Amino acid sequence: MLASNQGHNNMPHQDQSCLSIDAFSLAYAGKQALHELTLEIPRHRVTAFIGPSGCGKSTLLRAINRLHDLNDETSHQGRIMVEGIDIHSPDIDVSELRRRIGMVFQTPNPFPMSIYENVAFGLRLQGRTAKRKRDDIIEWALTSAALWDEVKDRLHQSAWQLSGGQQQRLVIARTLAVQPEILLLDEPASALDPVSTLKIEELICNLKSQLTLVLVTHNMQQAARVSDFTAFLSQGELIEYGPTDQLFTNPRLRHTENYITGRIN
Amino acid sequence: MTRIWPWLCAASVALSLFMLGLLLALLLTRGLGHFWPSTLEVATLDSGELIAGEAVRETALPQRDGKERLYFTANRDIDGARWRWVAIDSIASRQTPTKLLRLQRGPWGDFIGYLSAYEDGQQRLEGEAAWQALATALAAPANTRPPATLVLETADGQLIRQALADIHRAQRPNAMHPGEKLRYWAHGVWQFLSEGPRAANTGGGVWPAIFGTVLMVIVMSVIVMPFGVLAAIYLNEIAHQGRLTRLVRIGVRNLAGVPSIVYGVFGLGVFVYGIGSSVDQWFFEDTLPSPTFGTGGLLWASLTLALLTLPVVIVATEEGLARIPDSQREGAVALGATRLETLTRIVLPMAMPAMLTAVILAVARAAGEVAPLMLVGVAKLAPQMPLDGDFPYLHLERKFMHLGYHLFDTAFHGDDVQAAIPLVYATALLLVTIVLVLNLTAIFLRHYLRRQRGQPC
Ligand SMILES: Nc1ncnc2c1ncn2[C@@H]1O[C@H](COP(=O)(O)OP(=O)(O)O)[C@@H](O)[C@H]1O
Ligand SMILES: [Mg+2]
Repeated sequence: MLASNQGHNNMPHQDQSCLSIDAFSLAYAGKQALHELTLEIPRHRVTAFIGPSGCGKSTLLRAINRLHDLNDETSHQGRIMVEGIDIHSPDIDVSELRRRIGMVFQTPNPFPMSIYENVAFGLRLQGRTAKRKRDDIIEWALTSAALWDEVKDRLHQSAWQLSGGQQQRLVIARTLAVQPEILLLDEPASALDPVSTLKIEELICNLKSQLTLVLVTHNMQQAARVSDFTAFLSQGELIEYGPTDQLFTNPRLRHTENYITGRIN
Repeated sequence: MTRIWPWLCAASVALSLFMLGLLLALLLTRGLGHFWPSTLEVATLDSGELIAGEAVRETALPQRDGKERLYFTANRDIDGARWRWVAIDSIASRQTPTKLLRLQRGPWGDFIGYLSAYEDGQQRLEGEAAWQALATALAAPANTRPPATLVLETADGQLIRQALADIHRAQRPNAMHPGEKLRYWAHGVWQFLSEGPRAANTGGGVWPAIFGTVLMVIVMSVIVMPFGVLAAIYLNEIAHQGRLTRLVRIGVRNLAGVPSIVYGVFGLGVFVYGIGSSVDQWFFEDTLPSPTFGTGGLLWASLTLALLTLPVVIVATEEGLARIPDSQREGAVALGATRLETLTRIVLPMAMPAMLTAVILAVARAAGEVAPLMLVGVAKLAPQMPLDGDFPYLHLERKFMHLGYHLFDTAFHGDDVQAAIPLVYATALLLVTIVLVLNLTAIFLRHYLRRQRGQPC
């Protein structure tokens, strides 16, 4: 609904859309967390979700990856379509879906193995890859995540010895290695220092050419810096969605304006 | 008031450590001291009587002032007793003759006295030559010794004849210098560890009991680990975390507190009489009525102890699983791993140290457990080892010996409890050592695993 209403406002057009969320609601054990969200997320763009904490940003992001399957107390209505296919349709392979939709969490979660094995993890899940090819993919993924130069001499050391920022980039590399179409990032820099944050932001801008990114952030400047489109959520509802510069300079709603100017949080 | 708490806590820690040290010191000195060739003396009493033996300890006299001394005089076949209390003030003089001899013999226990002759059919040797001949004969393996006879003389002049075949070792401790004593001691310790028991468990070694204990613990671990780990995985990773799961968890924890003898009764009723006799009827009908599996044995004992340690394994493994952050599982799932792949590639490797802890706890508990074993398969003296060269090599139906039970048996069921006490200490020391070694192995393994993955230790 929203998307078509605002077609003239540079909103992503239907055929540019990679991910479309259609009247999607979700409840945790009967407690409603998302209320009939509808939005189109454009291909090869960065879309930011902002909103006060507890408003349902993470919940929405996890729904796109079907991570709520792990919790048997959630229920949902509505549809989420990836490239026109409903992710909840019974004939979809969830593992394949999750491979196509990578996810990076708030706190870096490298596995307790070597740096190399971390990046190889997703590849190994898909079956045997020749070592030469695997090595190439790993180098490519680490390079894409701007980490290769820092770790190329210690690929076989434990990933837990890296700094927090390096760990987060390693997690991104690990996700990139399986060549996803969409990358979901849930406050990827909120646990990091300013320099690492900057590196992650640069990385996000560079990755745009390869895939579609969805970024959850509570940092307004970050959203303004890196995203092309921004969705403002509050209490499980989509309040306003539009091109980032428009939403930040000229929000349509009072509520949005209050939030981005810091009057509510 | 607040100042005193740290001191109280420190004091209780110190006290615990002190008690532990005391226990170990006691076991070490009493257990290992038993093998030391201690000095023998001849005491001449005021009455003119001669007593040869090892002075063991002294206590105050019960009726009057003064002290009395306990001598281990051996020679039960001659004067009917091995021990003798002598009031110290009735001793006129004491000597330590270098020729005084101590023999470890078969049926009658030790002999203390002099060697007067060595006869092997062709010749009769006396004096130093007899001792040389005896030493040479004993140095040879038992089955190649000549059929000789010794003529022995006690301190007060009685003569007896003793077949060489019944003699295990001979020593003249007063004539040994410290190096020789040490060699003799080391040899004694080695025999204790490597030989079978003699004389209704009052002498000889404990090798079958060591072997039985370790084998039983290993079989038990092999049984309990898969079950315990699977149960823990189910409770922590698969089951819906509702009221029922909580109830099951509480039940498991409480099972750890059930007295071990109750498990023994259960094992006897269910495994031995229930399953065992059915197995006999189906597969070993030709040997009935003598039971094969219908009586206690290694398998039933290991199963019973596996049941006993199952709660420990479940709880320790579950704690390890619960410590793994969900973000690790989500990370794997988000990369397209299925539930099973997440489990086998992320969760189980991360839980490995916890599982090793579980083994440590289970082994420590099982190796020291005696009560249930008495019902389900331990034997005072097992004629055959449960593992040998005969097909199928591992004989799960056989009875086995166990250090804990051996200890109990030596302490209370010998004909001379006084003489068995040092052996009890030695066996206890061994049991503690085995548990310690098993534990240390697992601890080092766990440490190694953690270091390998860069986890903090
Ligand atoms: N696992 C869960 N079980 C129950 N309620 C949850 C769970 N996760 C989040 N919620 C609730 O859903 C709402 C949205 O949470 P979340 O998506 O984490 O917010 P955000 O990421 O925007 O801070 C919050 O009210 C939170 O309490
Ligand atoms: Mg969140």
